[in-house]
Amino acid sequence: MFAFIVRRIIQAIVVMMIVGLIGFAVKNNIGDPVRDMVGERVSVAEREALRDKLGLNDPFVTQYFRFLKNALKGDLGISYFHNKPTIEVIAAKAPATLELVFATALIILLVSLPVGVYSAIFPKSWFSRITMGLSTIGVSVPVFLTAIVFIYIFGVELHWLPSYGRGETVDIYGWESGFFTIDGLLHLILPSIALSSIMLPLFIRLIRSEMMEVLETEYIKFAWAKGLHRKRIYMVHAFKNTLLPVVTVFGVEIGILFAFTILTETVFQWQGMGFMFLEAVERSDTALLVAYLVVVGAIFVVVNTVVDIIYGFINPMVRIAGTK
Amino acid sequence: MKKIVVWSVVLLMALSFSATAGAKTLKLALDADPKTMDPQEQLSGGMLQYSHLVFDPLVRWTQDLKFEPRLATKWERIDELTVRFYLRKDVKFHSGNPFTAKDVAFTLNRFKNSVDFKAIFELFVEPKIIDDYTIDIKTKKPYALLLNTATYIFALDSKFYTGTDEKGKPKNACVKVGHSFAKTNESGTGAFKVTFREHGVKMIFERFADYWDKKSPGNVSKIILTPIKENATRVAALLSGDVDFITPVPPQDFDRLEKDAKVNLHTYSGGRIITVQMNQKRKKELQDVRVRQAIVHAVNNVGIAEKIMKGTATPAGQQGPKGYAGYKESLKPRYDLEKAKKLMKEAGLEKGFEATMIAPNNRYVNDEKIAEAFAAMLSKINIKVNLKTMPKAQYWDEFDKQPADLQMIGWHSDTEDSGNFTEFLAMCPNKETGHGQYNSGNYCNKKVDELTLSAQTETDLAKRASILQEIEQILYDDAAFVPFHWQNHSYGAKKNLDVAPIINTMNFPYFGDLVVK
Repeated sequence: MFAFIVRRIIQAIVVMMIVGLIGFAVKNNIGDPVRDMVGERVSVAEREALRDKLGLNDPFVTQYFRFLKNALKGDLGISYFHNKPTIEVIAAKAPATLELVFATALIILLVSLPVGVYSAIFPKSWFSRITMGLSTIGVSVPVFLTAIVFIYIFGVELHWLPSYGRGETVDIYGWESGFFTIDGLLHLILPSIALSSIMLPLFIRLIRSEMMEVLETEYIKFAWAKGLHRKRIYMVHAFKNTLLPVVTVFGVEIGILFAFTILTETVFQWQGMGFMFLEAVERSDTALLVAYLVVVGAIFVVVNTVVDIIYGFINPMVRIAGTK
Repeated sequence: MKKIVVWSVVLLMALSFSATAGAKTLKLALDADPKTMDPQEQLSGGMLQYSHLVFDPLVRWTQDLKFEPRLATKWERIDELTVRFYLRKDVKFHSGNPFTAKDVAFTLNRFKNSVDFKAIFELFVEPKIIDDYTIDIKTKKPYALLLNTATYIFALDSKFYTGTDEKGKPKNACVKVGHSFAKTNESGTGAFKVTFREHGVKMIFERFADYWDKKSPGNVSKIILTPIKENATRVAALLSGDVDFITPVPPQDFDRLEKDAKVNLHTYSGGRIITVQMNQKRKKELQDVRVRQAIVHAVNNVGIAEKIMKGTATPAGQQGPKGYAGYKESLKPRYDLEKAKKLMKEAGLEKGFEATMIAPNNRYVNDEKIAEAFAAMLSKINIKVNLKTMPKAQYWDEFDKQPADLQMIGWHSDTEDSGNFTEFLAMCPNKETGHGQYNSGNYCNKKVDELTLSAQTETDLAKRASILQEIEQILYDDAAFVPFHWQNHSYGAKKNLDVAPIINTMNFPYFGDLVVK
């Protein structure tokens, strides 16, 4: 077991090094940050002087090792646009994204579970047919389109909900939260529904098919034969066994949800990490860009490593595979 | 402990319910918020808009491109090199310090340390303080644009910006990256003080109680500025009533705003010319003036202004727009396909040729569509254009490398003067002097260079105007570049805002004078 954990951690470190290297390689092709910093009138010589000062003219290897050295000390550089350490910028934007993802995950769970289970039990009812039809559409409509349509219907035409931003936030020990004000919650509705629209159909379908499969198994048939109550069969025997694969997929999909926040946040001017990332690309704020890649990469690597290790405890087959 | 947390949360919730009081609050949504609070750090449209809120220049432009007294009440040219400014006496900075000639001298000297403003103020030497409210501003050479430049002299509070800050750095430092006092602190004389700022998220301005301009009709007491980058979201925010004023408005939404009962669309002709430069060094065909003329004649820029820009651009035949000194009425757009074909035939190129082109796709309004239309129009005279577009973050480095025969560039003269266009876009490229820095066409005409330089030092304005007009004529005859149009500025606002009097060619809405009914 110990050897397995050590191996996983070494792998994680290698992955992080590669993420840093890729981020660093990309950064030199995204554009010149100095261009965004100065006016059009500024001479070539002045720009070069500024590049020298920022160390952008050093050879790639020198820059990369300087970056690694600082990164080990927890310093990922200073954002050219925000004029603050990149870690601080990302930390300030993280709550917005985490809250959005949390609210979205909540919506996905609360809707997909009952709907999925219902349509598995009554696959021929009109409700099930309609949801299945809608979920096909839901999967195929891109999230930015959903978002803009929502803004126009509920913001512009009906005036029910605010169209952009996070609204009023409350500072709880440095965490800017929108959960505790009515305004903040109202602002959360459209973005979280828009974001959930990509995953929700997928989960309804997943739960439905898993549940249907379980309902076909021998032990369920046996339970029927035993004369157990309908509710007990569905909720305890069938549902419980449906959940296992769903939870696994949910863990993976949450990560993908983070990727989709980039689009959703941009359309709703939601001040989170995704929005910050896209702006950094546009402004060629390369320092922030690399820091973002490293931080997000680190989150993924840590989560995956932990999950793998837990799996190792639960399922010994994982540990043995690959050792030979 | 738990109780305290719960109660504080409840209290905060209650507080958030209490509506924000305040008579006239203006909710403003721009495509980006000011990059810094230091008015000398970056020279850009957005920063100048900010400077007009929080600071005051010595003089400012009016709608008809005249000078309006602000911190200077009057001025007179004493000699070739000197203009004497008489300053307003009742002005206070936000810090409470009184405004004097010392502050003007401080402001001028600080420009020398600003990467962006250095070039504009290169000709300026140490000003001479006559008394507390009189100052002589001097230049090395006779300088015709001294007053134009004075629109950039936004007075800084010399006491406030002197000394060392809590990090031990000098307060007057003007730096691009990293910490500086002026980036996060301000003391200007302007109508608004910055009371809150979260960069990229929100900025709040409140009206300065001791503002000197008591005659201003403006009645906005608070401005909440939110950057909304996405065009569709910005428009939606206005239509849904979440904000009161937006700029810019994307052309595809003009119709929507005009039809809406609650908002108005305002446009104002701007000074940014969109052009394509034809590189004579890369492509020998383009050295022939007939070919260049043929290209200019093949471009229906009136049609582009109408169809692609939805009528919110003024088709151009020259660099500077109407109202600028060098504007020559007779230089009209020249669309004439027959003539274009004839010229190509004369040049022996009726079979045409292939050319490469690059253009940005997020720098100017509809830049990509304009480039595509241009390529399609050239195909009619058998010039096959291979177009590549890219985001602005990558475009300018490419532009400098000149990888294509045809390159798009838009230019706004930051002195609101015709000479500036020629200096950067049409003079012979020269690395040492910096002339022709953005002349990727490599057009080079000694006569144009001479005239441009002589206009710089000519202080007789009538004589100067005729020199500038002569330059425009030469560039027109030589077909030095392909002119498209001057972009209009666009603003969307709720009907109760009196926007028309505060907008202008420079795109600096004077919010201090905005009346909310």
